[in-house]
Amino acid sequence: MIRVQQVTKRYGTQLAVQDVSFQCAPGTVTGFLGPNGAGKSTTMRILCGLTPPTQGTTSINEMPYRKLVNPGRQVGVLLDASAQHAGRTGREVLNLAALVLRVPRARVSHLLELVGLPPEAAKKRVADYSLGMRQRLGIAHALLGDPSVLILDEPANGLDPEGIFWMRGLLRDFADRGGTVLLSSHLLREIEAIADHLVMIGNGQIAADGSKKELLASSGTLVRALDPSALCPALIRAGIEFTPNPDGGLLVQVEPVEVGKAAAAVGAVLTELRPADGGGLEELFLSLTRTGAAKTEAADLIAPADPTDQKPDKKVSR
Amino acid sequence: MSAETLTRLDWSAPDGSTPPPARPGLARLTVVEMRKMVDTRAGFWLLVSIGLISLLAVIAQLIWGDADARNLTDYFSLSLYPVGILLPVLGILTVTSEWSQRTALATFTLVPERHRIVIAKLAAATVFGALSLLASLLFSAFGTALGILLRDSAGSWSMPASNLFQALLFQVLGVVMGVAFGMLLMNTPLAIVLYFMLPTVWQILTSVITAIRDAAEWLDLNGAMEPLSLGTLHGEGWGKLATSTLVWIVVPLVLGTIRLIRREVK
Repeated sequence: MIRVQQVTKRYGTQLAVQDVSFQCAPGTVTGFLGPNGAGKSTTMRILCGLTPPTQGTTSINEMPYRKLVNPGRQVGVLLDASAQHAGRTGREVLNLAALVLRVPRARVSHLLELVGLPPEAAKKRVADYSLGMRQRLGIAHALLGDPSVLILDEPANGLDPEGIFWMRGLLRDFADRGGTVLLSSHLLREIEAIADHLVMIGNGQIAADGSKKELLASSGTLVRALDPSALCPALIRAGIEFTPNPDGGLLVQVEPVEVGKAAAAVGAVLTELRPADGGGLEELFLSLTRTGAAKTEAADLIAPADPTDQKPDKKVSR
Repeated sequence: MSAETLTRLDWSAPDGSTPPPARPGLARLTVVEMRKMVDTRAGFWLLVSIGLISLLAVIAQLIWGDADARNLTDYFSLSLYPVGILLPVLGILTVTSEWSQRTALATFTLVPERHRIVIAKLAAATVFGALSLLASLLFSAFGTALGILLRDSAGSWSMPASNLFQALLFQVLGVVMGVAFGMLLMNTPLAIVLYFMLPTVWQILTSVITAIRDAAEWLDLNGAMEPLSLGTLHGEGWGKLATSTLVWIVVPLVLGTIRLIRREVK
């Protein structure tokens, strides 16, 4: 069980995370979604006791992280796969953790096998690892203490498609056996494929929080007709409101059967009739990404002309 | 590897039904920190070169040194110097590499009580300081024996126990100072440069500016530690060692520990 309650983190005047609250229940995979720089990593570091929050509290299995007894036996954490000593071998990284966690040495070989790092690879130094191999090592490190909670920051980064598929299976299995998983990503599709629960963050604030079913539920029906000029009057006559989709179809807020009836009444030929895609989630996600980018851009554009701007270095650099 | 073998592996209870085991003890953490000092190329070769240079110093003394100095006590004092210079670098690296290699993320995730890591690192550094004495003793016995066999030197085997104790203090103070500077500065090159420079600059100032000499000697760590390596520290020397240790080792250690505990880990 993971709880984040009204967490705020301020760096100087900048709010990295603002009043963030969410929970992750056992048996579920929670996708923590947001554009780069939205506050995902900050929130996860706060959750792991590495960054003190300005306000708010977090807990894992009802305890603050720093109060957990031998935390690695309860929470598996992978915040940055590249944060390992380049001069240490993969096996040694796990051996050291096994000592701290007090797990038998045999478990190291076991985990190396589980994540698909063969003995020859485990003997190599981390400097010679690809990002994908580092992610696998990091996942092994996280699972070493046989935890009940996993906190993974962008674990799919650098994994090949086969590796991503493998990781999905691994995390699904972990959750199905009662584990709690929180994993972050800046890719909606990646999260959609594995999460049951979605928490979306943008500009340091929670933008959406709910089950995947709820959030990805279709919002209406998409209809496309061979001759739209025949269909539109029919919809109006049936009292169905519609909005044209950019790609030529029409988006309506009723069930497909209503649209089909209206079309049949005037003999309009339909080429497509189905529930519309992904609710508002994708649009929301895109808008978060855009506002994030737009803000920076706007700030950059305004900076040279704005006499009240307090950052002269920015002007020089342009 | 098939999906079948993946799910068959015996991870037991992700529902958290098994009670968590006890936290690792300080002895265990010390062993881990010692191992972290030698299991990387940098750490391993640093230790090997410390040993080799000590051995070379003894051999050089045997070949070119004063005939009077071919005895256990003198070899021993001599072999302490290379260790005394290089071992503190290992002390610095044990802390700064956590930040430069970003292993602090894993270290403090597994052990959130950061002061326990500080204690383990200090203990590990102290153990290495003590182990280095064994190497020094071994090398100086080797030199003494060879001197008797090959060069007909008198080769006295006697050495007062106080030499051993002062030598231990010499090495441990040095390596602890390394850890302290590492924690305070958290940057490898900066910590190494300042570690060597600051006490030396102070020593030079002390000898140049006569007006402050009497007072400044009380803070001259190099000057105070030198008799330790010879086993000749006595009287007022202990007082000077205490005051300079306070300023150059204890204060950086306390400030460094506070910084390490407070610092955000990224």
